[in-house]
Amino acid sequence: MTKNAKPKFAMYWAASCGGCEIAVLNIHEKILDVDANFEVVFWPVAMDAKYADVEKMEDGEITLCLWNGGIRNDENEHIAHLLRKKSKILVSFGSCACEGCIPGLANFSPIQEVVDTAFTTVTTDNPDNLRPVPSYQMPEGTITIPTLYPVLKTLDQVVDVDYYMPGCPPESHQIAAVIDLVIAALAGKAQLPPKGATIGAGNSTVCDECQRKRNVKQIKEFGRIQLTHADPELCLLEQGIPCNGPATRSGCNARCPSAGAQCIGCYGPAEGVQDYGSRLIAAFASVIDSDKPEEIDRILDGLVDPAGQFYRFNLAGSLLRASKYARTNSR
Amino acid sequence: MTDTPETKPFEPTIIGFTCNWCSYRAADMAGISRMKYAPNVRLLRLMCSGRLDPMFVFKAFAGGADAVLVSGCHPGDCHYINQNYKTLRRFPLMQRVLAQMGIEPARLKLLWASASEGQIFANEVNRFIEEVRALGPLNWNQTGSEVPAEPAHEEVPA
Repeated sequence: MTKNAKPKFAMYWAASCGGCEIAVLNIHEKILDVDANFEVVFWPVAMDAKYADVEKMEDGEITLCLWNGGIRNDENEHIAHLLRKKSKILVSFGSCACEGCIPGLANFSPIQEVVDTAFTTVTTDNPDNLRPVPSYQMPEGTITIPTLYPVLKTLDQVVDVDYYMPGCPPESHQIAAVIDLVIAALAGKAQLPPKGATIGAGNSTVCDECQRKRNVKQIKEFGRIQLTHADPELCLLEQGIPCNGPATRSGCNARCPSAGAQCIGCYGPAEGVQDYGSRLIAAFASVIDSDKPEEIDRILDGLVDPAGQFYRFNLAGSLLRASKYARTNSR
Repeated sequence: MTDTPETKPFEPTIIGFTCNWCSYRAADMAGISRMKYAPNVRLLRLMCSGRLDPMFVFKAFAGGADAVLVSGCHPGDCHYINQNYKTLRRFPLMQRVLAQMGIEPARLKLLWASASEGQIFANEVNRFIEEVRALGPLNWNQTGSEVPAEPAHEEVPA
């Protein structure tokens, strides 16, 4: 290995979709700055490197490690511990690492159902109804694959995390700003935020950045956006469209509401929000325009899947983390 | 005969949120009047049931409560004009979300009690405790996420 004086950069993916990687590449020519200022030592999606290469490194040798993805199996957890040990700055990068995101929705269901869905439903060609087994005896020896955990965990439920960078995926301009900041900090020209801070995002809510007009919210009926002719100027929640803006961290410039879609909450809980879904329960229910229990119930029927609506990105990172069904692997 | 784990009845832990102006005083009234009710409910006083952030309820369950009681002034009697109506609206939504999480809606109870209704408060609390006892322990923090992985699938030979 040649000696390289540049600080080292790593990026890893666990239970995630790969969108965070694409978001990093979407910083366009700024990626050349990454290359100019860092030596990329480990990035499975972009380059060939082996776990053994990382194991050989000194502790703290990697300066900046962006981790995306939740902890779904024992391999994820093993690499999380490994990269924690080898990295100076470990960033929980993207919604999956921070709060579980879409892979975390599996925490609603017993893991058996999750596996069955993956291996038996109509989109899977599996005529012999096979399932993966963690270890299998071959004439040549035992072969193994990672063992699935019953519930998905967030990165900080497994290892100590230095910074959180939310978003599904984090906005590219935010990534570019964070990379600029780290480069400036390495050159001694800027200071890194305190440990545990959320970086690359705002401190307020999506509503705060949203340009739509707001009046008084009085909801007589919840509707789904695809079945509604929504006023393009008016607050979506005011029109009865479940928009997660009130609880969601700012930082995306309210992209979805500006494009005519409701906020689905990918930037996670806003500053000071301990449980994202609880904040939305308060926000949505309080503005129901009725004092009669039966009518309230009827209006609430318009929210077809409230837990899915409120914890779409946040289930694994919420106070309850996983449903009883997932915890006990039974219905 | 000493109680063994098998013979000892399950004693639920219930977190109760009360409103300063009505239901807390109802509980007080029950105490002053020497009415007895089971000691399973740990009461917390809020200024208003409308102050109840749903997060309190989720935190109670996540922290090991078997059930949660939310109580406040009767609709129309709120010290803060209409904040208990917000509780009235949030309550069914909390129950719906809890049901999806596998927590029986009956583990969350809403009780209106005025300051003079000590007897009603005591009776309802007793009834609630028996209902929760029948449901059994929730054991939220003893199941799941900390349990190390077992193979999550049945072995089907290739």
